[in-house]
Amino acid sequence: MVESKQQWKAWLYLSPAILLLLVFTVWPIFNTLRMAFLDGYGNMAAMGGATFEFGIENFLKVIDYDKFLDCLKTTAILCVATVPVSTALALLIAVALNSIKPLQKTLQTIFFLPYVTNSIAIGMVFATMFNIVGYNPVERAADTWGIINLVIQFFGGEPISWINQGSSYTANIVVMIVYIVWNALPFKILILLGGLQSINKQYYDAAKVDGTRKARVLTRITIPLLSPMLAYVIITGFIGGFKEYSSIVGIFGEKMGPPDDAGRLNTMVGFVYDALEKDRQGLASAGALILFVIILLVTMFNNKVIKKHVHY
Amino acid sequence: MKVVLENLTKIFPSRDKKSGKEVVAVNDFTFEIPDGQLVGLLGPSGCGKSTTLYMISGLQKPTSGKIYFGEDDVTELSTENRGIGLVFQNYALYPHMTVKQNILFPLQNLKGKDKLSKEEMLDRALNAARLVQIDELMDRKPSELSGGQQQRVAIARALVKMPRVLLLDEPLSNLDARLRLQTREEIRRIQKETGITTIFVTHDQEEAMSISDVIVVMKLGVVQQIGEPQSVYDDPKNLFVAKFLGTPPINVLEGKVVDGKVYIGDDDVLDVTGVDDQEVYIGIRPEGLEPNDNGRLTCGLSNIEVMGRDASVVATNAASANPVVRAIINSDIRIDTTSQTIKFNVKPHKFFLFNKQTEERVYFEVK
Repeated sequence: MVESKQQWKAWLYLSPAILLLLVFTVWPIFNTLRMAFLDGYGNMAAMGGATFEFGIENFLKVIDYDKFLDCLKTTAILCVATVPVSTALALLIAVALNSIKPLQKTLQTIFFLPYVTNSIAIGMVFATMFNIVGYNPVERAADTWGIINLVIQFFGGEPISWINQGSSYTANIVVMIVYIVWNALPFKILILLGGLQSINKQYYDAAKVDGTRKARVLTRITIPLLSPMLAYVIITGFIGGFKEYSSIVGIFGEKMGPPDDAGRLNTMVGFVYDALEKDRQGLASAGALILFVIILLVTMFNNKVIKKHVHY
Repeated sequence: MKVVLENLTKIFPSRDKKSGKEVVAVNDFTFEIPDGQLVGLLGPSGCGKSTTLYMISGLQKPTSGKIYFGEDDVTELSTENRGIGLVFQNYALYPHMTVKQNILFPLQNLKGKDKLSKEEMLDRALNAARLVQIDELMDRKPSELSGGQQQRVAIARALVKMPRVLLLDEPLSNLDARLRLQTREEIRRIQKETGITTIFVTHDQEEAMSISDVIVVMKLGVVQQIGEPQSVYDDPKNLFVAKFLGTPPINVLEGKVVDGKVYIGDDDVLDVTGVDDQEVYIGIRPEGLEPNDNGRLTCGLSNIEVMGRDASVVATNAASANPVVRAIINSDIRIDTTSQTIKFNVKPHKFFLFNKQTEERVYFEVK
């Protein structure tokens, strides 16, 4: 124990960090709670001298708002579809990368490139691949342009309007899934490759001596030994998925949907931003708290399921 | 199953591209291991003993030479088709599986006509577990076992397939001293009970001597001597083998042979015939020095360590290549500890001469 005479020194040295945490973390969290429970709170109105009743009206409004359920639906679909796909793909790529010697470093760099690229920029490239953005509305033929449609047509399929005028919700979601999976791969590959490289090679030698088939080595040895990393990747994947926003802006722009149906692909975070823009901080705070509770519950559920299968 | 190694050589390519120096891990190893014997590959680190073991297992391919199991040439056969059981130095037990699952694992890999029913598998796993006396621990995870128990699980996993040859890589090096003694007896017992030709690698000469039917002493990829432990100890072919076997180690002194007398310094310690005059290294086993007031070798007396049945006389001699000259004597023999010097006679059959340049044994007859 430090002598009490010395304790003020400890507090002195800690004070810069404590001060910053108080101002930029603790106070905003507290403030979010406060605003969420003040009915109809808005900053501008508050500065104008308005007073607000304490209550749960903000929460009721969020839940009552029909677009909120759409946001929740889109977010949930994106999470459930992308996390398993990207995790499985990342696992296969990591295993493949780990098993080759030549070009391993080069390929590793290539697979890691999306991670260091701006997601808006990636979104614009993807948007161009699926359709032309910024088209002339009169020229409706442009709705089905893009390299992906060229490939579909090459194999004799009908071109699809992926993200433009008249595109379906399903088509929009498919584009988002492809984009999010591709974007999520590098981080997952990196974590899983790191995990693979720390597995003792003797387990594989032992499996070889016993004539274990490749598929069995993967399911009975590699995946169990990699399970802590897989758990980490899945849990953070879900957390990231519930916070999805910039990827949709990257493809659809701030309208969060195709030109003829703005806001169709709005997500939970998008909903919060929208509310902030309209000076409805109370509503935004309530939305953020609901999102926090959802993420908390999903993570607890994940932990419970994963615990049974993880071998530390 | 006898195992035959024929001109077995393993060369590793150079890691350093500039020097381009290859590493010859095993050089021209020829040896026949008779059926049902326990063979110890013995040598210091980097002598190629583990590489030899891994070539027999098939995990490493020899650069040249052949390996036969019985009459079958297995050189090109992949490891899973050789019918070997391999126990790794740190056991390589799958940490996420129970003992039972670990032992069952090799059996579950069998396919085609070798495929076993669930009952047969359990039966064989239980038999293997009983053999190594871990049948009480079947539902534990490896992390819940002691080192010695893990070792037994690893042996059971290797034995459950009923291999033609059992290979053990440094089986005792991860165990503490007491467990080591116990486990080496255990390995001997299991090997005798199963009758499986067993090859193990060790750098501990005591370990190899105590349980092997045959030991192979290696140095820098080259086999130095092969034989029964006692005969290798009693009749080393060169200075390296003489120095490597025996605790405490053999006394090595510089000396020369002149006119049928072996000299250490000015003392002529033994009369011999059949040896040309030359400079030699003289090896004398610690039990080959007898204190005697009229002894022909005079040494400085440092101290006497009594170890119960035996006593160890620590002495010095200017010609000694070791820091001290050590003699193991019966503790009943009384030594005058006030004296500054001590005189020894040598036992000729514990006394070896080696050529100073080649370090090969120089044979002689006692006059």
